[in-house]
Amino acid sequence: MSSPSSIRTASPPRPVPAVTRRLSPAGRPRRTGRRSALTASGFLAPFAVLFLTMMVAPIGYAIYQSFFTVHRAGLFGGAASTEFTGLSNYADAFSDHDFMASIVRVVLLGCVQVPVMLGLALLLALLLDSRSARLRKTYRLTFFLPYALPGAIAAVMWSFLLVKDLSPFTGPLSHIGITTDFLSPSWVPVSIGNMITWGWTGYNMLIIYSALQTIPAEVTEAAALDGCTGWRLAWAVKIPLVRPALVLTTVFSIIGTAQMYTEPAVLVGARIPGVDPKFTPIMNTTLGMDVGGQNLAAAESVVLALITLVLSFGFLKFNQRKGAME
Amino acid sequence: MSVIRADRPIRPTRPALRGTDIASKVVVNGVLGLMALYTLIPLWWLFVSSTKASGYLYTGTPLWFSHFDLVTNIKDVFSFEDGIFSTWLANSALYSLAGATVGTLLSAMAGYALSKFSFRGRESVFNVILASVLIPAPMFALPLFLLMAKLDITNSYWSVLLPSCVSPFGVYLCRIFAAASMPDELLEAARLDGAGEQRTFFRIALPLMSPALVTVFLFQFVGIWNNYLLPSLMLNTPSLQPVTVGLVQWRSEFANGVPPLLPITGAFLSLIPLLVAFVSLQRFWRKGLTAGSVK
Repeated sequence: MSSPSSIRTASPPRPVPAVTRRLSPAGRPRRTGRRSALTASGFLAPFAVLFLTMMVAPIGYAIYQSFFTVHRAGLFGGAASTEFTGLSNYADAFSDHDFMASIVRVVLLGCVQVPVMLGLALLLALLLDSRSARLRKTYRLTFFLPYALPGAIAAVMWSFLLVKDLSPFTGPLSHIGITTDFLSPSWVPVSIGNMITWGWTGYNMLIIYSALQTIPAEVTEAAALDGCTGWRLAWAVKIPLVRPALVLTTVFSIIGTAQMYTEPAVLVGARIPGVDPKFTPIMNTTLGMDVGGQNLAAAESVVLALITLVLSFGFLKFNQRKGAME
Repeated sequence: MSVIRADRPIRPTRPALRGTDIASKVVVNGVLGLMALYTLIPLWWLFVSSTKASGYLYTGTPLWFSHFDLVTNIKDVFSFEDGIFSTWLANSALYSLAGATVGTLLSAMAGYALSKFSFRGRESVFNVILASVLIPAPMFALPLFLLMAKLDITNSYWSVLLPSCVSPFGVYLCRIFAAASMPDELLEAARLDGAGEQRTFFRIALPLMSPALVTVFLFQFVGIWNNYLLPSLMLNTPSLQPVTVGLVQWRSEFANGVPPLLPITGAFLSLIPLLVAFVSLQRFWRKGLTAGSVK
């Protein structure tokens, strides 16, 4: 490592589109044969063991559990018997009004919050990339700052910041005629959306900004020579070129929205009357586990994971197809 | 580091300013400034509030100092409930340091194996790991809790530490970095000189990968430090909890007589170590982020 500046200007190793890549074994001089495979598995084993026990096995166990139901003989425990009940837990999950309502609530919240956040991130990245911008480094660092703050602690902070008597915002707002309680039931979704936007806009902005930085100067120069500048340059040249970064941030945001938990859970813990203790699907599921309905909770976890997978992979595929047609 | 050094194109020199340029400068920097205010005002409020003497939180201007009493507040935070706050900080440090160190080492080994050895099923193994990046850790938390509850190992250090050591994103990053920065010839040469596989890895590969390892470590560290769902599910005993769970606990006991200045000052204090690490290591962040996005 010669100097800090050499690191800053170094572009990262380019990830090869790994999913589709196939290396021909003859392509490079490489150790082949049994010994090589053995050594490789030696290096892989520690990670593989933890990966299998901490990520794969739990999912398998949850799927397994979701097909069984525990019957208790008496009210207070008694003899419990476990019985294979097929898809009945799934039927229960889909007829669980609170669970379905929480999914709808989170999807609606995400439909508003994700575009707002990513639009803002894209706008900021383009502004930072434009030649009018000053103090680029300071702004970049500032916007990214909330990422270093744990979501739970940010939520604790906002849970005070939005309280009527304490907030620095309600005073100035009431001067211009807006009197609101940000923690009332109708405002809570907005407040939670605000917390997430505050925490993650800078992170997404940095991904998009880094992609913008890799656009070769010749491309923007050529466009500028053709009279394409300012917003037109951004819209017609820059945005299409950073589409992979936009797709990535969208997929991460979809996943993030699906697992929404911390912010509303902190508000519930803080006894904010405007938040439902079953606000998000994960909150529903954790509540269900406490009561003892582990099998239903397992089924709900599987449903949730599947919905997330369909949405995120679906979005990826949709974009790949769209990209191929263009 | 010449291997990874690819020069970023130099921007063309700026032409002379015109009237529209000045206008666009005002707009561009105005919007950036507004966003900076949105980002910083809550943090500023947190700092100002944590300096206010108890009882003065609700009086005066929310965004300016009055009755400065930061030292007493800090003392209160560290002495409340027999100094549990320092235990929380220590727990967070333990989970993050141990989890990130082990996680980084395991990722480096796996990434090295996946890029420098050819064996049957290599791409499938890698694709499974890659797919799990798309379903990040919190999604696994509930099934993991169910399993650990079955095995009766919840509410222990291990229930948080073990899952924290798994970093599929780290493996992904290490693999692309090993492929890009480590010539096969160098490894061959080491082996020809009689170095065993372990020695080759620890003496040649690991040092070469160190820039990527710092990035993996950093992301893993912050990921564990910021985690809330996993430890809040797994741990009941306050003395095992990290600072995130502890502070939320204090916030929720507000009604039961925990003064509001405790979680506020505690939140401010818990920020400091991470902010320092964040500002001093910021160049590594961008590397990790770009590695994930550029195609």
